[in-house]
Amino acid sequence: MNQTTHSTAPGSSPIGVHLSNAHVRWGAEVLFDGLNITLATGQWTCLLGPSGVGKSMLLRLILGLSAAKPGISGVVECSDGAALPGRVSYMAQRDLLMPWLSVIQNVCIGSRFRGEQQNFEAAHAHLKAVGLSDSVDAMPATLSGGMRQRAALARTLMEDHPVVLMDEPFSALDAITRVRLQDMAAEALKGRTVLLVTHDPLEALRLGHSIHVMSGRPARVDEPLVLSSDVPRHVDDGEILALQGELLHRLAEAVE
Amino acid sequence: MRLARPLIIFMGLVLVWQMIVTISAAPPYILPGPLAVAKAWVHAPGLFLHHAAITGAEIILGLGLGFVLGAGSALIMAYFRPAERWLLPVLVISQAIPVFALAPILVLWLGYGMASKVAMATLIIFFPVTAAFHDGLKRTEPGWVDLAITMNASRWAILRHLRIPAALPVLGSGLRVATAVAPIGAIVGEWVGSSGGLGYLMLHANARVQVDVMFAALFTLCVMALVLYFIVDKGVRHVVSWQPESLNFN
Repeated sequence: MNQTTHSTAPGSSPIGVHLSNAHVRWGAEVLFDGLNITLATGQWTCLLGPSGVGKSMLLRLILGLSAAKPGISGVVECSDGAALPGRVSYMAQRDLLMPWLSVIQNVCIGSRFRGEQQNFEAAHAHLKAVGLSDSVDAMPATLSGGMRQRAALARTLMEDHPVVLMDEPFSALDAITRVRLQDMAAEALKGRTVLLVTHDPLEALRLGHSIHVMSGRPARVDEPLVLSSDVPRHVDDGEILALQGELLHRLAEAVE
Repeated sequence: MRLARPLIIFMGLVLVWQMIVTISAAPPYILPGPLAVAKAWVHAPGLFLHHAAITGAEIILGLGLGFVLGAGSALIMAYFRPAERWLLPVLVISQAIPVFALAPILVLWLGYGMASKVAMATLIIFFPVTAAFHDGLKRTEPGWVDLAITMNASRWAILRHLRIPAALPVLGSGLRVATAVAPIGAIVGEWVGSSGGLGYLMLHANARVQVDVMFAALFTLCVMALVLYFIVDKGVRHVVSWQPESLNFN
């Protein structure tokens, strides 16, 4: 399988995102208390941390999915001063393809939801970019896990937003498929501001420009590990191999 | 084999029936054999078809009306939260009234004609359809809803493009149950008071000790109910063919 992925630059100019003063109270438990995180413009920010620390909650806060619930607050600001909703797309661990729609209909689901004209031409191009040209009309149930997640990536690209939030999108895939999808996503999302929540230090090191470890209760986000080289980095890149030890060390501290 | 299996089952059941008649030596006015019943049917096919048409129309009308009303109520409850808070308890309470007990009242109100039977069938179908569809609409995969919200979908768009299609398999199951119970409503209605239909024919034959006619009417009803069930089942399978179970992946 040798696909060339073309980066599809976002339709609008890139923006940075800053979440500040996030508070989340869940019953008696305080998950976040004055938590801050910055997603640098046009870069990949990776977020690692033990299960249950609130990584997904942080993502939901930025997405605006948890707003207006009691005990949950936080300010999301964009570098251009405008609001984030409508300019961010979301990719989850599960592909969230609708089983009653074909692959291309799934890729176009956003316009269907908004009552807009569906642009099948663009959908075809995105499906080609993720190597699914032959499965355009297939039903999701007939695809493998890797193909389904590639369809979900095409759906994310179709939304064409400058900010993309991903919640462990590759974690359910086998090692080889995962590496391929990481490469594909890094290429395709070039120039966009990405937040990637992951469990996998190697994945963070391959894709992240800055890597945060989140830990504690209430949770804190530590000073990021900053890597300046281009993504995706090669799996045997000397820099990431050297940093893997340090990152694992930080993660181990986070769990304690 | 797919066609042969129902035929083998049918032949087997007829054989068991004949064996019971032979072994028990039951007199024909208690349990007529399959041959006697077949004779009764062949003797006057027009009679059975005429009454079957009446009962069939009652069942289909009741099924259609119950389905539309049930699915509509479920949709209203899913979209308007206050409607759910007020309507759902009423629905649950309404189930405490045995529908059979309403039959005489419905006949009193709607007369001996088809309307009272259609109303019975509608009532009996309404609840399984409403309950199933409402349940399905409430249990949309939260991840899908999150995705739709990040895509700026309105509540209406989420209902139309996400919650309704996602609930179709459950609605289909409700419709299957409804199809299986619909004949009960029509027949009970006919027993209480009617001038036509297979239930009427059975009562009529009962009074004249025409047991073979009773059985022939019952047989006609069974065949009709089965055919209706298979048609609905096929239709449901077709509509929700995207469900992994029906893709035969084994």
